[in-house]
Amino acid sequence: MSLLKPQISIQKLNVFYRERHVLKDITVDIPEKQTTAIIGPSGCGKTTLLKSLNRLTDLVEGVRVSGNVLVDGVNIFDNGIDVTDLRKKMGLIAQTPNPLPMSIYDNVAYGPRIHGLNDKRKLDPIVEQCLQAASLWDEVKGRLMEPASKLSVGQQQRLCLARALAVQPECLLCDEPTSALDPVSAQYIEKQLINLKKDYTIVFVTHVLRQARRLADYVIFLYLGELIEHGPAETVFTQANNPRTRAYIEGVFG
Amino acid sequence: MNRRKLEEAFFRGLMLLSISIVLGSLVAVFSVVLLKGLPALSLSMLTQTPKGGYYLGKEGGVLNAIIGSLYLAAGATGLAFVLSLPIALYLNEYAGNSRFANFTRFSLDVLWGVPSIVYGAFAFIVMLSLGARASLLWGIITVALLMLPIMTRAMDEGMRMFPSKLREASYALGSTKLETALKILTRQALPAVLTAVLLAFGRGIGDAASVLFTAGYTDSVPQSLLDPVATLPLAVFFQLGTPIPQVQQRAYASGVILLVLVLLLSAVSRFSTRKLTKYVIK
Repeated sequence: MSLLKPQISIQKLNVFYRERHVLKDITVDIPEKQTTAIIGPSGCGKTTLLKSLNRLTDLVEGVRVSGNVLVDGVNIFDNGIDVTDLRKKMGLIAQTPNPLPMSIYDNVAYGPRIHGLNDKRKLDPIVEQCLQAASLWDEVKGRLMEPASKLSVGQQQRLCLARALAVQPECLLCDEPTSALDPVSAQYIEKQLINLKKDYTIVFVTHVLRQARRLADYVIFLYLGELIEHGPAETVFTQANNPRTRAYIEGVFG
Repeated sequence: MNRRKLEEAFFRGLMLLSISIVLGSLVAVFSVVLLKGLPALSLSMLTQTPKGGYYLGKEGGVLNAIIGSLYLAAGATGLAFVLSLPIALYLNEYAGNSRFANFTRFSLDVLWGVPSIVYGAFAFIVMLSLGARASLLWGIITVALLMLPIMTRAMDEGMRMFPSKLREASYALGSTKLETALKILTRQALPAVLTAVLLAFGRGIGDAASVLFTAGYTDSVPQSLLDPVATLPLAVFFQLGTPIPQVQQRAYASGVILLVLVLLLSAVSRFSTRKLTKYVIK
Protein backbone atom coordinates (compact mmCIF):
# COMPACT_ATOMS: atom_id res chain seq x y z
CA MET A 1 0.00 0.00 0.00
CA SER A 2 2.91 2.35 0.50
CA LEU A 3 3.53 2.53 -3.24
CA LEU A 4 0.19 4.18 -3.88
CA LYS A 5 0.36 7.34 -5.88
CA PRO A 6 -1.35 10.25 -4.12
CA GLN A 7 -3.90 12.05 -6.24
CA ILE A 8 -4.78 14.62 -3.64
CA SER A 9 -2.10 15.96 -1.41
CA ILE A 10 -3.22 18.11 1.50
CA GLN A 11 -0.47 20.21 3.04
CA LYS A 12 -0.84 22.22 6.23
CA LEU A 13 -4.47 23.01 5.49
CA ASN A 14 -6.13 25.43 7.91
CA VAL A 15 -9.73 26.55 7.56
CA PHE A 16 -11.41 29.26 9.60
CA TYR A 17 -15.08 30.22 9.64
CA ARG A 18 -14.71 33.79 10.87
CA GLU A 19 -12.98 33.29 14.24
CA ARG A 20 -13.60 29.57 14.48
CA HIS A 21 -10.63 27.39 13.61
CA VAL A 22 -12.30 24.40 11.94
CA LEU A 23 -9.37 22.53 10.44
CA LYS A 24 -5.96 22.66 12.05
CA ASP A 25 -2.79 21.99 10.08
CA ILE A 26 -4.07 19.00 8.17
CA THR A 27 -1.39 17.21 6.16
CA VAL A 28 -2.32 13.97 4.44
CA ASP A 29 -2.16 12.30 1.03
CA ILE A 30 -5.22 10.71 -0.50
CA PRO A 31 -4.31 7.76 -2.71
CA GLU A 32 -5.43 7.54 -6.31
CA LYS A 33 -8.18 5.09 -7.30
CA GLN A 34 -8.72 4.06 -3.72
CA THR A 35 -11.60 4.67 -1.38
CA THR A 36 -10.75 6.90 1.52
CA ALA A 37 -13.03 7.32 4.51
CA ILE A 38 -12.94 10.42 6.67
CA ILE A 39 -14.23 9.43 10.09
CA GLY A 40 -14.66 11.19 13.37
CA PRO A 41 -17.32 12.48 15.75
CA SER A 42 -19.83 15.14 14.69
CA GLY A 43 -18.51 18.65 14.25
CA CYS A 44 -14.90 17.62 13.89
CA GLY A 45 -14.49 19.13 10.42
CA LYS A 46 -15.07 16.08 8.22
CA THR A 47 -17.41 17.86 5.84
CA THR A 48 -15.24 20.97 5.77
CA LEU A 49 -12.23 18.87 4.79
CA LEU A 50 -14.25 17.20 2.05
CA LYS A 51 -15.58 20.48 0.70
CA SER A 52 -12.14 22.05 0.75
CA LEU A 53 -11.17 19.56 -1.91
CA ASN A 54 -13.44 21.11 -4.55
CA ARG A 55 -13.45 24.56 -2.95
CA LEU A 56 -17.13 24.50 -2.10
CA THR A 57 -15.97 26.08 1.13
CA ASP A 58 -15.72 29.27 -0.98
CA LEU A 59 -19.49 29.57 -0.69
CA VAL A 60 -19.37 29.96 3.08
CA GLU A 61 -19.42 33.57 4.20
CA GLY A 62 -16.38 34.63 6.21
CA VAL A 63 -14.26 31.59 5.31
CA ARG A 64 -10.46 31.80 5.37
CA VAL A 65 -8.12 29.10 4.12
CA SER A 66 -4.37 28.67 4.34
CA GLY A 67 -2.10 25.87 3.21
CA ASN A 68 -2.12 23.89 -0.01
CA VAL A 69 -4.25 21.22 -1.56
CA LEU A 70 -2.59 19.67 -4.59
CA VAL A 71 -4.83 17.83 -7.01
CA ASP A 72 -2.77 16.08 -9.67
CA GLY A 73 0.14 18.21 -8.52
CA VAL A 74 -1.60 21.59 -8.92
CA ASN A 75 -2.48 23.75 -5.93
CA ILE A 76 -6.22 24.38 -6.08
CA PHE A 77 -5.92 27.58 -4.06
CA ASP A 78 -3.60 29.20 -6.63
CA ASN A 79 -4.92 32.38 -8.18
CA GLY A 80 -4.83 31.14 -11.74
CA ILE A 81 -6.98 28.09 -11.00
CA ASP A 82 -10.26 27.75 -12.87
CA VAL A 83 -12.50 26.62 -10.07
CA THR A 84 -15.18 25.33 -12.46
CA ASP A 85 -12.60 22.94 -13.96
CA LEU A 86 -11.63 21.77 -10.50
CA ARG A 87 -15.23 21.10 -9.55
CA LYS A 88 -15.83 19.25 -12.79
CA LYS A 89 -12.93 17.01 -11.85
CA MET A 90 -14.18 16.47 -8.29
CA GLY A 91 -17.77 15.22 -8.31
CA LEU A 92 -19.79 15.73 -5.13
CA ILE A 93 -22.56 13.67 -3.59
CA ALA A 94 -24.21 15.67 -0.84
CA GLN A 95 -25.58 14.44 2.43
CA THR A 96 -29.21 14.93 1.44
CA PRO A 97 -30.18 14.43 -2.21
CA ASN A 98 -30.30 17.75 -4.03
CA PRO A 99 -31.85 17.28 -7.47
CA LEU A 100 -32.01 20.40 -9.62
CA PRO A 101 -35.41 21.96 -10.46
CA MET A 102 -35.72 20.24 -13.83
CA SER A 103 -36.54 16.88 -15.37
CA ILE A 104 -34.71 13.65 -14.60
CA TYR A 105 -33.05 13.79 -18.02
CA ASP A 106 -32.02 17.43 -17.64
CA ASN A 107 -30.56 16.78 -14.23
CA VAL A 108 -28.07 14.37 -15.72
CA ALA A 109 -27.56 16.41 -18.88
CA TYR A 110 -27.05 19.67 -16.98
CA GLY A 111 -23.36 19.08 -16.28
CA PRO A 112 -22.36 18.02 -19.80
CA ARG A 113 -24.40 20.92 -21.19
CA ILE A 114 -22.71 23.64 -19.16
CA HIS A 115 -19.38 22.15 -20.16
CA GLY A 116 -20.29 22.63 -23.79
CA LEU A 117 -22.06 19.50 -24.99
CA ASN A 118 -25.43 20.33 -26.54
CA ASP A 119 -25.83 17.65 -29.18
CA LYS A 120 -28.81 15.52 -28.17
CA ARG A 121 -27.45 12.50 -30.01
CA LYS A 122 -24.38 12.61 -27.79
CA LEU A 123 -26.26 13.51 -24.63
CA ASP A 124 -28.76 10.65 -24.83
CA PRO A 125 -26.18 7.86 -24.44
CA ILE A 126 -24.39 9.75 -21.65
CA VAL A 127 -27.63 10.13 -19.72
CA GLU A 128 -28.47 6.47 -20.18
CA GLN A 129 -24.97 5.31 -19.26
CA CYS A 130 -24.81 7.41 -16.11
CA LEU A 131 -28.27 6.43 -14.94
CA GLN A 132 -27.29 2.83 -15.50
CA ALA A 133 -24.07 3.27 -13.55
CA ALA A 134 -26.18 4.59 -10.69
CA SER A 135 -28.59 1.65 -11.23
CA LEU A 136 -31.51 3.99 -11.68
CA TRP A 137 -32.08 3.53 -15.41
CA ASP A 138 -34.57 0.69 -15.21
CA GLU A 139 -36.74 2.63 -12.80
CA VAL A 140 -36.87 5.87 -14.77
CA LYS A 141 -36.31 5.03 -18.44
CA GLY A 142 -39.99 5.49 -19.24
CA ARG A 143 -40.36 8.86 -17.56
CA LEU A 144 -37.18 10.80 -18.15
CA MET A 145 -39.05 14.06 -18.65
CA GLU A 146 -40.76 13.96 -15.28
CA PRO A 147 -39.65 16.36 -12.56
CA ALA A 148 -36.75 14.95 -10.55
CA SER A 149 -38.56 15.96 -7.37
CA LYS A 150 -41.13 13.22 -8.03
CA LEU A 151 -38.57 10.51 -7.34
CA SER A 152 -38.25 8.94 -3.93
CA VAL A 153 -35.40 10.16 -1.74
CA GLY A 154 -33.34 7.05 -2.43
CA GLN A 155 -33.86 7.43 -6.17
CA GLN A 156 -32.98 11.11 -5.93
CA GLN A 157 -29.66 10.24 -4.35
CA ARG A 158 -28.91 7.80 -7.14
CA LEU A 159 -29.87 10.52 -9.61
CA CYS A 160 -27.35 12.80 -7.91
CA LEU A 161 -24.74 10.09 -8.34
CA ALA A 162 -25.61 9.77 -12.04
CA ARG A 163 -25.46 13.54 -12.39
CA ALA A 164 -22.04 13.65 -10.78
CA LEU A 165 -20.76 10.91 -13.08
CA ALA A 166 -22.04 12.70 -16.18
CA VAL A 167 -19.29 15.32 -16.12
CA GLN A 168 -16.66 12.55 -16.07
CA PRO A 169 -14.98 13.42 -12.79
CA GLU A 170 -11.75 11.80 -11.66
CA CYS A 171 -12.72 11.82 -8.08
CA LEU A 172 -15.97 11.44 -6.14
CA LEU A 173 -16.46 13.30 -2.90
CA CYS A 174 -19.32 11.87 -0.85
CA ASP A 175 -20.61 13.62 2.24
CA GLU A 176 -22.35 10.95 4.30
CA PRO A 177 -24.11 9.90 1.11
CA THR A 178 -26.38 7.37 2.78
CA SER A 179 -27.24 9.04 6.06
CA ALA A 180 -30.55 10.49 4.82
CA LEU A 181 -31.65 7.28 3.12
CA ASP A 182 -33.61 4.23 4.13
CA PRO A 183 -31.53 1.07 4.58
CA VAL A 184 -32.38 -0.39 1.18
CA SER A 185 -31.50 2.77 -0.74
CA ALA A 186 -28.37 3.12 1.37
CA GLN A 187 -27.32 -0.34 0.35
CA TYR A 188 -27.90 0.56 -3.30
CA ILE A 189 -25.62 3.56 -3.04
CA GLU A 190 -22.97 1.59 -1.22
CA LYS A 191 -23.05 -1.09 -3.88
CA GLN A 192 -22.59 1.55 -6.57
CA LEU A 193 -19.65 3.05 -4.75
CA ILE A 194 -18.01 -0.37 -4.58
CA ASN A 195 -18.57 -0.78 -8.32
CA LEU A 196 -17.09 2.63 -9.02
CA LYS A 197 -14.05 2.06 -6.84
CA LYS A 198 -11.71 0.86 -9.52
CA ASP A 199 -12.29 3.82 -11.81
CA TYR A 200 -12.49 6.69 -9.36
CA THR A 201 -10.72 8.10 -6.40
CA ILE A 202 -13.47 8.13 -3.82
CA VAL A 203 -13.38 10.18 -0.64
CA PHE A 204 -16.31 9.80 1.68
CA VAL A 205 -17.33 11.14 5.02
CA THR A 206 -19.16 8.85 7.36
CA HIS A 207 -19.87 8.43 11.01
CA VAL A 208 -21.04 4.89 10.53
CA LEU A 209 -17.94 2.91 11.33
CA ARG A 210 -19.30 -0.27 9.83
CA GLN A 211 -19.73 1.55 6.55
CA ALA A 212 -16.14 2.73 6.69
CA ARG A 213 -15.03 -0.85 7.31
CA ARG A 214 -17.05 -2.13 4.39
CA LEU A 215 -15.92 0.46 1.87
CA ALA A 216 -12.65 2.05 2.81
CA ASP A 217 -9.13 1.19 1.72
CA TYR A 218 -7.70 4.14 3.55
CA VAL A 219 -8.93 5.93 6.67
CA ILE A 220 -8.47 9.45 7.99
CA PHE A 221 -9.53 10.08 11.57
CA LEU A 222 -10.30 13.66 12.55
CA TYR A 223 -11.02 14.90 16.04
CA LEU A 224 -11.94 18.52 16.85
CA GLY A 225 -10.39 19.77 13.63
CA GLU A 226 -7.14 17.90 14.05
CA LEU A 227 -5.84 14.98 12.09
CA ILE A 228 -5.29 12.29 14.68
CA GLU A 229 -4.41 9.34 12.55
CA HIS A 230 -4.46 8.12 8.98
CA GLY A 231 -3.44 4.97 7.22
CA PRO A 232 -4.64 1.88 5.40
CA ALA A 233 -8.03 0.80 6.70
CA GLU A 234 -6.74 -2.54 7.98
CA THR A 235 -4.13 -0.89 10.13
CA VAL A 236 -6.34 1.85 11.52
CA PHE A 237 -9.18 -0.48 12.38
CA THR A 238 -7.14 -3.24 13.96
CA GLN A 239 -4.04 -1.63 15.39
CA ALA A 240 -4.45 2.11 15.65
CA ASN A 241 -1.50 3.91 17.18
CA ASN A 242 -3.33 6.71 18.85
CA PRO A 243 -5.40 5.97 21.96
CA ARG A 244 -8.14 8.38 20.84
CA THR A 245 -8.51 6.56 17.52
CA ARG A 246 -8.75 3.28 19.38
CA ALA A 247 -11.31 4.69 21.76
CA TYR A 248 -13.43 6.06 18.90
CA ILE A 249 -13.28 2.82 16.96
CA GLU A 250 -14.20 0.82 20.04
CA GLY A 251 -17.17 3.08 20.52
CA VAL A 252 -16.09 4.75 23.74
CA PHE A 253 -17.18 8.12 22.35
CA GLY A 254 -18.59 9.51 19.11
CA MET B 1 -63.69 29.17 31.61
CA ASN B 2 -60.13 29.69 32.59
CA ARG B 3 -57.85 32.45 31.35
CA ARG B 4 -56.17 30.44 28.60
CA LYS B 5 -59.45 29.46 27.03
CA LEU B 6 -60.67 33.06 27.14
CA GLU B 7 -57.46 34.18 25.52
CA GLU B 8 -57.91 31.61 22.80
CA ALA B 9 -61.50 32.63 22.18
CA PHE B 10 -60.61 36.32 22.13
CA PHE B 11 -57.88 35.93 19.52
CA ARG B 12 -59.97 33.60 17.45
CA GLY B 13 -62.66 36.28 17.40
CA LEU B 14 -60.11 38.95 16.50
CA MET B 15 -58.84 36.92 13.56
CA LEU B 16 -62.33 36.25 12.28
CA LEU B 17 -63.09 39.95 12.54
CA SER B 18 -59.98 40.88 10.55
CA ILE B 19 -60.74 38.34 7.88
CA SER B 20 -64.31 39.48 7.54
CA ILE B 21 -63.25 43.13 7.25
CA VAL B 22 -60.81 42.27 4.47
CA LEU B 23 -63.05 39.86 2.60
CA GLY B 24 -66.04 42.12 3.21
CA SER B 25 -64.40 45.14 1.63
CA LEU B 26 -63.26 43.03 -1.29
CA VAL B 27 -66.79 41.79 -1.86
CA ALA B 28 -68.15 45.30 -1.39
CA VAL B 29 -65.81 46.78 -3.99
CA PHE B 30 -66.54 44.02 -6.46
CA SER B 31 -70.27 44.18 -6.03
CA VAL B 32 -70.50 47.97 -6.28
CA VAL B 33 -68.42 47.97 -9.44
CA LEU B 34 -70.33 45.05 -10.91
CA LEU B 35 -73.81 46.24 -9.89
CA LYS B 36 -73.26 49.74 -11.16
CA GLY B 37 -71.12 48.81 -14.13
CA LEU B 38 -72.73 45.74 -15.65
CA PRO B 39 -75.99 47.45 -16.74
CA ALA B 40 -73.98 50.09 -18.61
CA LEU B 41 -71.61 47.55 -20.14
CA SER B 42 -72.37 46.97 -23.78
CA LEU B 43 -70.57 45.65 -26.79
CA SER B 44 -70.05 49.16 -28.08
CA MET B 45 -68.21 50.02 -24.85
CA LEU B 46 -65.64 47.40 -25.80
CA THR B 47 -65.43 47.89 -29.52
CA GLN B 48 -65.74 51.62 -30.13
CA THR B 49 -63.69 54.65 -29.38
CA PRO B 50 -65.50 57.70 -27.94
CA LYS B 51 -67.54 59.46 -30.60
CA GLY B 52 -68.36 63.17 -30.53
CA GLY B 53 -70.41 63.98 -27.46
CA TYR B 54 -69.49 60.70 -25.74
CA TYR B 55 -68.83 62.48 -22.49
CA LEU B 56 -72.27 64.01 -22.71
CA GLY B 57 -73.90 60.62 -22.93
CA LYS B 58 -73.80 60.02 -26.69
CA GLU B 59 -72.50 57.05 -28.67
CA GLY B 60 -69.12 55.40 -28.28
CA GLY B 61 -66.96 53.24 -26.02
CA VAL B 62 -63.62 53.07 -24.27
CA LEU B 63 -61.70 50.95 -26.77
CA ASN B 64 -59.05 53.68 -26.80
CA ALA B 65 -58.49 53.20 -23.07
CA ILE B 66 -58.60 49.40 -23.20
CA ILE B 67 -56.00 49.21 -25.94
CA GLY B 68 -54.05 52.07 -24.37
CA SER B 69 -53.95 50.40 -20.96
CA LEU B 70 -52.82 47.11 -22.47
CA TYR B 71 -50.08 48.76 -24.55
CA LEU B 72 -48.92 50.78 -21.62
CA ALA B 73 -48.99 48.03 -19.01
CA ALA B 74 -47.44 45.45 -21.33
CA GLY B 75 -44.68 47.81 -22.39
CA ALA B 76 -43.98 48.91 -18.84
CA THR B 77 -44.04 45.33 -17.51
CA GLY B 78 -41.59 44.29 -20.22
CA LEU B 79 -39.26 47.19 -19.51
CA ALA B 80 -39.46 46.71 -15.75
CA PHE B 81 -38.82 42.97 -16.14
CA VAL B 82 -35.70 43.54 -18.20
CA LEU B 83 -34.38 45.76 -15.42
CA SER B 84 -35.69 43.84 -12.40
CA LEU B 85 -34.54 40.32 -13.14
CA PRO B 86 -30.84 41.23 -13.38
CA ILE B 87 -31.10 43.25 -10.15
CA ALA B 88 -32.78 40.38 -8.32
CA LEU B 89 -30.25 37.87 -9.65
CA TYR B 90 -27.39 40.15 -8.72
CA LEU B 91 -28.71 40.61 -5.20
CA ASN B 92 -29.05 36.89 -4.68
CA GLU B 93 -26.25 35.21 -6.58
CA TYR B 94 -23.54 37.85 -6.66
CA ALA B 95 -23.96 40.28 -3.78
CA GLY B 96 -25.21 37.87 -1.12
CA ASN B 97 -25.92 39.61 2.13
CA SER B 98 -23.34 42.34 1.64
CA ARG B 99 -24.00 45.83 2.93
CA PHE B 100 -24.42 47.06 -0.60
CA ALA B 101 -27.08 44.44 -1.28
CA ASN B 102 -29.00 45.29 1.85
CA PHE B 103 -28.73 48.99 1.11
CA THR B 104 -30.15 48.31 -2.35
CA ARG B 105 -33.03 46.35 -0.81
CA PHE B 106 -33.71 49.18 1.59
CA SER B 107 -33.71 51.74 -1.23
CA LEU B 108 -36.13 49.65 -3.24
CA ASP B 109 -38.43 49.37 -0.25
CA VAL B 110 -38.41 53.14 0.10
CA LEU B 111 -39.17 53.52 -3.60
CA TRP B 112 -42.01 51.01 -3.24
CA GLY B 113 -43.59 53.36 -0.71
CA VAL B 114 -43.34 56.47 -2.88
CA PRO B 115 -46.82 57.53 -4.09
CA SER B 116 -47.30 57.13 -7.80
CA ILE B 117 -48.13 60.79 -8.33
CA VAL B 118 -44.54 61.54 -7.32
CA TYR B 119 -43.29 59.27 -10.12
CA GLY B 120 -45.64 61.12 -12.46
CA ALA B 121 -44.41 64.51 -11.32
CA PHE B 122 -40.78 63.41 -11.52
CA ALA B 123 -41.14 62.05 -15.05
CA PHE B 124 -43.05 65.18 -16.02
CA ILE B 125 -40.14 67.39 -14.93
CA VAL B 126 -37.71 65.23 -16.91
CA MET B 127 -40.02 65.46 -19.91
CA LEU B 128 -40.24 69.24 -19.61
CA SER B 129 -36.48 69.56 -19.48
CA LEU B 130 -36.19 67.42 -22.60
CA GLY B 131 -39.04 69.16 -24.34
CA ALA B 132 -40.93 65.88 -24.71
CA ARG B 133 -44.70 65.59 -24.95
CA ALA B 134 -46.96 63.20 -23.11
CA SER B 135 -46.90 59.93 -25.02
CA LEU B 136 -47.16 56.17 -24.79
CA LEU B 137 -43.36 55.99 -24.54
CA TRP B 138 -43.16 58.30 -21.53
CA GLY B 139 -46.12 56.57 -19.94
CA ILE B 140 -44.29 53.26 -20.30
CA ILE B 141 -41.10 54.68 -18.81
CA THR B 142 -42.92 56.23 -15.85
CA VAL B 143 -44.99 53.15 -15.08
CA ALA B 144 -41.92 50.92 -15.47
CA LEU B 145 -40.18 53.04 -12.83
CA LEU B 146 -43.20 52.64 -10.60
CA MET B 147 -43.13 48.86 -11.15
CA LEU B 148 -39.40 48.41 -10.74
CA PRO B 149 -39.18 48.30 -6.92
CA ILE B 150 -42.29 46.13 -6.64
CA MET B 151 -41.12 43.63 -9.19
CA THR B 152 -37.54 43.50 -8.01
CA ARG B 153 -38.33 43.08 -4.34
CA ALA B 154 -41.02 40.47 -5.00
CA MET B 155 -38.55 38.46 -7.10
CA ASP B 156 -35.84 39.03 -4.52
CA GLU B 157 -37.97 37.74 -1.65
CA GLY B 158 -38.74 34.59 -3.63
CA MET B 159 -35.11 34.09 -4.57
CA ARG B 160 -33.97 34.43 -0.97
CA MET B 161 -35.82 31.19 -0.30
CA PHE B 162 -33.47 29.47 -2.74
CA PRO B 163 -32.16 26.43 -0.86
CA SER B 164 -28.40 26.51 -0.37
CA LYS B 165 -28.20 22.83 -1.24
CA LEU B 166 -29.31 23.63 -4.80
CA ARG B 167 -26.67 26.32 -5.04
CA GLU B 168 -24.13 23.80 -3.82
CA ALA B 169 -25.34 21.19 -6.31
CA SER B 170 -24.97 23.61 -9.16
CA TYR B 171 -21.49 24.80 -8.20
CA ALA B 172 -20.33 21.27 -7.49
CA LEU B 173 -20.99 20.40 -11.13
CA GLY B 174 -18.74 23.25 -12.22
CA SER B 175 -21.33 25.94 -12.95
CA THR B 176 -20.34 29.55 -13.05
CA LYS B 177 -22.31 32.14 -11.11
CA LEU B 178 -24.15 33.21 -14.23
CA GLU B 179 -25.17 29.65 -15.06
CA THR B 180 -26.34 29.11 -11.51
CA ALA B 181 -28.31 32.36 -11.59
CA LEU B 182 -29.96 31.86 -14.97
CA LYS B 183 -30.42 28.10 -15.12
CA ILE B 184 -31.03 27.07 -11.54
CA LEU B 185 -32.00 30.09 -9.44
CA THR B 186 -34.41 31.52 -12.01
CA ARG B 187 -36.07 28.14 -12.58
CA GLN B 188 -36.48 27.45 -8.92
CA ALA B 189 -37.78 30.96 -8.25
CA LEU B 190 -40.08 30.93 -11.29
CA PRO B 191 -43.28 31.09 -9.23
CA ALA B 192 -41.93 34.13 -7.40
CA VAL B 193 -40.81 35.72 -10.66
CA LEU B 194 -44.26 35.17 -12.11
CA THR B 195 -45.97 36.56 -9.02
CA ALA B 196 -43.70 39.59 -9.17
CA VAL B 197 -44.60 40.23 -12.79
CA LEU B 198 -48.33 39.92 -12.10
CA LEU B 199 -48.13 42.09 -9.02
CA ALA B 200 -46.33 44.80 -10.95
CA PHE B 201 -48.65 44.45 -13.93
CA GLY B 202 -51.70 44.82 -11.72
CA ARG B 203 -50.24 47.86 -10.06
CA GLY B 204 -49.23 49.40 -13.36
CA ILE B 205 -52.48 48.85 -15.25
CA GLY B 206 -54.52 50.20 -12.36
CA ASP B 207 -52.50 53.32 -11.69
CA ALA B 208 -53.92 56.68 -12.73
CA ALA B 209 -51.66 59.21 -11.06
CA SER B 210 -48.39 58.28 -12.74
CA VAL B 211 -49.84 58.50 -16.24
CA LEU B 212 -51.88 61.64 -15.66
CA PHE B 213 -49.12 63.99 -16.86
CA THR B 214 -46.93 61.57 -18.75
CA ALA B 215 -49.14 59.54 -21.08
CA GLY B 216 -51.69 62.20 -21.91
CA TYR B 217 -55.21 61.27 -22.89
CA THR B 218 -56.77 60.81 -26.28
CA ASP B 219 -59.93 59.53 -27.85
CA SER B 220 -58.08 57.54 -30.46
CA VAL B 221 -56.00 54.40 -30.32
CA PRO B 222 -52.27 55.29 -30.42
CA GLN B 223 -50.49 54.52 -33.66
CA SER B 224 -46.93 54.96 -32.43
CA LEU B 225 -44.91 55.16 -29.24
CA LEU B 226 -44.90 58.93 -29.52
CA ASP B 227 -48.69 59.31 -29.62
CA PRO B 228 -50.53 60.18 -26.43
CA VAL B 229 -52.49 57.30 -24.98
CA ALA B 230 -55.65 56.85 -22.93
CA THR B 231 -55.79 54.46 -19.98
CA LEU B 232 -58.70 52.80 -18.18
CA PRO B 233 -58.06 54.35 -14.75
CA LEU B 234 -58.07 57.80 -16.31
CA ALA B 235 -61.17 56.88 -18.31
CA VAL B 236 -62.86 56.00 -15.03
CA PHE B 237 -61.65 59.26 -13.52
CA PHE B 238 -62.82 61.49 -16.36
CA GLN B 239 -66.17 59.77 -16.76
CA LEU B 240 -66.90 59.90 -13.05
CA GLY B 241 -66.07 63.59 -13.17
CA THR B 242 -68.92 64.43 -15.54
CA PRO B 243 -72.27 65.50 -14.12
CA ILE B 244 -74.20 63.13 -16.38
CA PRO B 245 -75.41 59.95 -14.59
CA GLN B 246 -75.24 57.87 -17.77
CA VAL B 247 -71.57 58.68 -18.24
CA GLN B 248 -70.87 58.01 -14.57
CA GLN B 249 -72.37 54.56 -15.07
CA ARG B 250 -69.92 54.04 -17.90
CA ALA B 251 -67.12 54.80 -15.47
CA TYR B 252 -68.20 51.76 -13.50
CA ALA B 253 -68.44 49.74 -16.68
CA SER B 254 -64.85 50.75 -17.45
CA GLY B 255 -63.98 49.60 -13.95
CA VAL B 256 -65.52 46.21 -14.69
CA ILE B 257 -63.44 45.97 -17.86
CA LEU B 258 -60.27 46.78 -15.94
CA LEU B 259 -61.12 44.23 -13.25
CA VAL B 260 -61.87 41.48 -15.74
CA LEU B 261 -58.74 42.27 -17.72
CA VAL B 262 -56.49 41.87 -14.70
CA LEU B 263 -58.23 38.69 -13.52
CA LEU B 264 -58.14 37.19 -16.98
CA LEU B 265 -54.46 37.89 -17.50
CA SER B 266 -53.56 36.50 -14.08
CA ALA B 267 -55.53 33.35 -14.70
CA VAL B 268 -54.10 32.80 -18.16
CA SER B 269 -50.51 33.37 -17.12
CA ARG B 270 -50.86 31.19 -14.03
CA PHE B 271 -52.31 28.44 -16.12
CA SER B 272 -49.82 28.67 -18.95
CA THR B 273 -46.80 28.62 -16.66
CA ARG B 274 -47.96 25.72 -14.55
CA LYS B 275 -46.07 23.49 -16.93
CA LEU B 276 -42.85 25.36 -16.24
CA THR B 277 -43.24 25.48 -12.50
CA LYS B 278 -43.83 21.78 -12.03
CA TYR B 279 -40.08 21.20 -11.82
CA VAL B 280 -39.64 23.44 -8.79
CA ILE B 281 -38.09 21.62 -5.83
CA LYS B 282 -40.36 21.80 -2.83
